[in-house]
Amino acid sequence: MSESNTPTAPAVQVNMANLRGGIEYASQWTLMWLRFKKHKVALVSMYIVLALYLMAVFAEFLAPFDPEVALRNEGDYKAKAYHPPQGIHLFDTTGGGISFSPYVEVLKEKVDPESLKKIYVADAEKKIPVSFFVHGFEYKFLGLFKTDIHFFGPKKHGEVFYLFGSDRNGRDMFSRVIYGGRFTLSLGLIGVLLSVVFGIFLGGISGYYGGRIDWVVQRLVEFIISLPTIPIWLAMAAALPKEWPPQYQYMAVTVIISLIGWTQLARVVRGRLLSMRGDVFVVAAQLDGCSEGRVIFRHMLPSLASHIIAAVTLSIPLMVVAETSLSFLGLGLQPPAISWGVLLKEAQNIRSIAVAPWLFIPGGAVVIAVLALNFMGDGLRDAADPYSH
Amino acid sequence: MVDNVNTSSNDIILDVRNLKTYFGTGEKAVRAVDDVSFQMQRGKTLCIVGESGSGKTVAARSILQIVDPPGRIMGGQMLYNATGEPGCSTIDLATLHPRGKEIRGIRGHDIAMIFQEPMTSLSPIHTIGNQICESILLHQNVDKAEARARAIELLRRVEIPNPGVAIDKYTFEYSGGMRQRAMIAMALACNPKILIADEPTTALDVTTQAEILALIKELQLSYGMAVLFITHDMGVVAEIADEIGVMLNGKMLEFGPSEQIFYSSQNEYTGRLIDSVRKLETSARRARKSTVSDRKLLEVRGVSKIYPGRKTFLGGSKAAAPFKALDNVSIDLYEGENLGIVGESGSGKTTLGNCLIRVLSLTDGEVLYRMGDGQIVDLAKSSKKELRGVHREVRMVFQDPFASLNPRMTIGQIVGEPLLVNGIAKGNELRNRVADLLAIVGMPPAAMERYPHAFSGGQRQRIGIARALALNPRLIIADEATSALDVTLRSQILDLLLDLQDKLNLSFILISHDIGVIRYFCDRVAVMYKGQIVETGLADKICGAPEHPYTKALISAVPGTHPRDKRIVNRHRYTIDGKAA
Repeated sequence: MSESNTPTAPAVQVNMANLRGGIEYASQWTLMWLRFKKHKVALVSMYIVLALYLMAVFAEFLAPFDPEVALRNEGDYKAKAYHPPQGIHLFDTTGGGISFSPYVEVLKEKVDPESLKKIYVADAEKKIPVSFFVHGFEYKFLGLFKTDIHFFGPKKHGEVFYLFGSDRNGRDMFSRVIYGGRFTLSLGLIGVLLSVVFGIFLGGISGYYGGRIDWVVQRLVEFIISLPTIPIWLAMAAALPKEWPPQYQYMAVTVIISLIGWTQLARVVRGRLLSMRGDVFVVAAQLDGCSEGRVIFRHMLPSLASHIIAAVTLSIPLMVVAETSLSFLGLGLQPPAISWGVLLKEAQNIRSIAVAPWLFIPGGAVVIAVLALNFMGDGLRDAADPYSH
Repeated sequence: MVDNVNTSSNDIILDVRNLKTYFGTGEKAVRAVDDVSFQMQRGKTLCIVGESGSGKTVAARSILQIVDPPGRIMGGQMLYNATGEPGCSTIDLATLHPRGKEIRGIRGHDIAMIFQEPMTSLSPIHTIGNQICESILLHQNVDKAEARARAIELLRRVEIPNPGVAIDKYTFEYSGGMRQRAMIAMALACNPKILIADEPTTALDVTTQAEILALIKELQLSYGMAVLFITHDMGVVAEIADEIGVMLNGKMLEFGPSEQIFYSSQNEYTGRLIDSVRKLETSARRARKSTVSDRKLLEVRGVSKIYPGRKTFLGGSKAAAPFKALDNVSIDLYEGENLGIVGESGSGKTTLGNCLIRVLSLTDGEVLYRMGDGQIVDLAKSSKKELRGVHREVRMVFQDPFASLNPRMTIGQIVGEPLLVNGIAKGNELRNRVADLLAIVGMPPAAMERYPHAFSGGQRQRIGIARALALNPRLIIADEATSALDVTLRSQILDLLLDLQDKLNLSFILISHDIGVIRYFCDRVAVMYKGQIVETGLADKICGAPEHPYTKALISAVPGTHPRDKRIVNRHRYTIDGKAA
């Protein structure tokens, strides 16, 4: 070996040419994204989740009708209860040629002479033209300014159609599902955020300090997990004053649900911290002279962040299902608040199954949201540690 | 032994021709095995040697068609001739379906395999006996009692003490060496014609490795098996090989009789591989001018580390007895000296290193360290604040270059961290200091912006060394700093450390299980066994003429590098504590 004293004369110059281009500069988030992208189902699910949350944010803009109002066409003397779903025809062929002018066929209410059941039959003469960016009911766009522009709807304000049918009061289910998504999905998100705060704080001190604190926190977690969930929810929800406005109820239900949800996250955080405390790079950071705070925040938490995100994504669907079941049992949100659970409550009796199966559509929305969130969470969990092989 | 290269085709049990195993398809396919040909002769040992990623394991697995997907055999022939007698037909293993009946009849019956990890390749929930019996019952038409009797006989053959009792034990009750013996017994269950051994001794201690190698050799003679031995260790190759194939990047570089490869190899890579092992049979310290002074830098006095036992759930008698990891260890380190601590796994050498730098607290004893300003500090009792000062002078280089660098920080941040948190440099000055440090260990400044995953093991170890050097340390504790690296890289890293010592006035404590590394690098050696230091002395003496019987056993179990001098057969065995080695 060379005896020279210049520091720039190393024994062997490392060959940098064999390194792959680009990847070596990639931070953990870039690597996570690269790996997440390979999981096609998770990627598609992510777009679905994004679409659902956008739908919740822009509910007023997307919903063609006011979800609270029993709708009726001009000239009708009463609202059309249990109106079946209608399809939108994109092309009009009645004039001989084919032209792009979307419309909905009007259904007329009749009474079946044999069974005396109320039935809807097509009324070929009447059509309701449908268009984009039409004027409808008035709302405040994102709470900022008043407008009455909707993404789509009947060309003429006052005309009515039901894409997902109508409920027993003749309200448009399509608009109600969109509005319901707002409550249910945001409740999932906010509930999880509350859980994250609890979970990271309690799991963090439990994992980092260990010993007596760890013992107390873990026994608390075990106690909460051992409580049967549904009766606890029932008891707490029953204690809510019925006269509270929907916003208060909403917050209270969120808190009740996240009281249980944080335990899982606390365990995840604690486990990761415990195992990471022995990791060689953490020991190395301590030997470098890093303070305790720097070891936690600079060296340990960044490795945790991706795992927390994955855990959070996986617990949102639990929240969604919890809200739905609570409201379904009539113990969560109460009408006039609209959530998927409240909407499903309408589908509780045998009559609605027989007469109006479309009342189950909110259930379909729950299934899609929960599946998409779960798949996305799975993908995130697989991508969370891009350094494992 | 005279090797006849032009053996008649009857002596060839397996003829692999132009084997190609690729992972993936098309242009992007990884050619793990690329056009490899070799022949195996009846009753002989073929060693395939190569560094990690050379394709040697995939080549061996291809023979049994157990390559993990997406790996696939893309071409070539593997002609297997079971007996070599005129009536025996030749089967091309490459044409058989990977899940077909024919290949399953050959796996375990004609060709058996043993793996590197005896911990994971045995089932933890079945007794050893059940696992061996299963293998017998699968391939042979015998009843259970007969199978059991055979299993006991097999365990006796692989020298497991008291086989009648040992057969009903579970995997966790066996030591690492015994597990590997049980694996071999399982492989032998059906008298295979070929035994494929994939790094079977890599996870074992050197004395255990010697036992297993001797056992395989002996069984080979009595069963007349052909053995395909996969290894990265040229020393092991020298001990057991009749023929050698050298692999690099999926290609077979060289194939021939053992002595030809060792003594008259034409290939440049093979030469480098052999040299890097032989290099470690010499001392690099003697070749350099001595830096050792007579001032003591570190005095270790009666250090003990005891892990307390646990009570049972009801608080009754002890569930786990207290464990003495270090037992009254005393040793000195002089300034400028390289001290080696050698021992097998579980001997307490890593615990000692961690106690010296106070990653672990000691139960008893004192560690007196003389600071740069002449003040003497007892590390065993110093406060957190004092320790921070000490940690600026005493630094550590870790074993695993993959785990010791935070994957979420750039190289610049990692190397600069000690400078930053100690308030020595920041901003542009920090960048320049980091660039200098990287230059010292032979890394270009461009490395600064990259993340650890862009670097190979050897490069990462250089980065770890740069981090250790950042605070101008006086003592570096290197815990198995080279054992995760390929053999050609080992001496490079050691040379780098020695160069740095010349320039920067450093002392080293090198902890290793590898006698070669210790002999190459150290002035003085302490040999540890079960938490105690059994012998201390100059490196030459310990490695050449040890006194303590354990050291003798340890040194004589180290494989040599000359096929004509088979050391393991003549090794010294240490059984003072009744350990069934």
